[in-house]
Amino acid sequence: MTGSEQNKQAPGSIGSSIGNVRDQIRQPLWLLAELTYACPLQCPYCSNPMDFAKVKSELSTEEWLDVFRQARAMGATQLGLSGGEPLTRPDLVELISEARKMGFYTNLITSGIGMNADKVAEFKEAGLDHIQVSFQASTEDLNNLIAGTDAFQHKIEMARAVKANGYPMVLCFVTHRQNIEQMEDILDLAVSLEADYVELATTQYYGWAMHNRDQLLPLKEQLVKAEAVAHRYQEEQKGNMKVYYVVPDYYEERPKACMNGWGNVFLTVTPDGTALPCHAARELPGMTLPNVRDLSVNEIWNGSDDFNKFRGFDWMTEPCRSCDEKEKDFGGCRCQAFMLTGDPANTDPVCSKSPQRHLIDEALERGRAESEKSVIDQKPLVFRNPKNSKLISGL
Amino acid sequence: MSEPVFTAESTPMLALGYRFQWEPAQNCNVLLYPEGMVKLNGAAGEILKRISEKKQSVAELISELKEAFDGADLDDDVYQFLEEAYNNDWIRAE
Repeated sequence: MTGSEQNKQAPGSIGSSIGNVRDQIRQPLWLLAELTYACPLQCPYCSNPMDFAKVKSELSTEEWLDVFRQARAMGATQLGLSGGEPLTRPDLVELISEARKMGFYTNLITSGIGMNADKVAEFKEAGLDHIQVSFQASTEDLNNLIAGTDAFQHKIEMARAVKANGYPMVLCFVTHRQNIEQMEDILDLAVSLEADYVELATTQYYGWAMHNRDQLLPLKEQLVKAEAVAHRYQEEQKGNMKVYYVVPDYYEERPKACMNGWGNVFLTVTPDGTALPCHAARELPGMTLPNVRDLSVNEIWNGSDDFNKFRGFDWMTEPCRSCDEKEKDFGGCRCQAFMLTGDPANTDPVCSKSPQRHLIDEALERGRAESEKSVIDQKPLVFRNPKNSKLISGL
Repeated sequence: MSEPVFTAESTPMLALGYRFQWEPAQNCNVLLYPEGMVKLNGAAGEILKRISEKKQSVAELISELKEAFDGADLDDDVYQFLEEAYNNDWIRAE
């Protein structure tokens, strides 16, 4: 999975323009189709589940199209085609073309690896609305790019193809402690590629990223610098390139309005057909994990325990329950609350009102302590690949 | 007040990546864009529908709307809406 769908709070995102949760019939407006866990990359900040190697049977073309049709009939307009790397699905063009005919606004979320000018033209022909290319920008990768290796040439060529086919160029960089100091290089690269939008997404700590958290959490002083750089480019590039910068939630006083509310607008379907209210929810305790192979999307969205679990406000504990900001952020992220406090109904510990905020501060301190160790003593990053996945999940 | 972007001769076009369509589940016209959707009211829908369907000047657009709505005096409203839509990045001028 690339970084962008981790950050659904960009201004004008679907949730914010759709308005108040309470007055609204809940519709799965945003369908995120994780087409595959196959990926040529091994990003240690991936939010895919660590045991992804367990998934053996991906939904077929016809099964995906059936899911698309059902969700579309329930009001879905946005379709995210993600993964893994969606370009590894041989039926991608067919999926795009059929989804577009159904009236979806189709978003391809890709690393660009495996893409070429012909493919971009083919996607355009199939009716693809939007391509978002994520740059990995690990130190080595970024250095390679800047040094002008083949990879860099490939990115330029592809970026040109994206523009030549009439798409706005949308780039996403996932930042973390190892690359955040290269913000200026990252933005210069974006300028030289004539990007229209750049999203400086911050790593969110789920899946592989959670496992590697001590090595990925940025330091306060890094953030201060990066933010200044981002703001400078926002000013300088006004009218040319829009720069979105998101502060990592660990450094915020209030939690993110995760998924714009549980079971409110987002529906994720994973490669094997498991339906989730968000892409990390598989790891919560007591989930029934309904599958589109057994139940209709309507039954899952409206009737399943999973999707009803944290809808509305009745499930909340204190301090959320009596908080006057609960309708703004819905108590934050259920997965983060569970991973850090052990109870998914607790307040997201990012919130300064949470009695467990110290867990976040301690994580930040552990990250700092790790960063101060000599290189030899630092824990190595665990990379997301099938071998590590099998090791970790005991396969 | 800054100078208006649109004159009678300029051609309004949907911004790159924006798509107009009727959305049965919302029972209204909408604009779709990367990861987002705007629900349109009746008047906004009528204007953007025409902008999305054919390339024409503001003057032509207004005369088409007048024809459709019994010669109503809607010039000011259209200009006001176009500026607003431009400021929201929904449309561009050619």
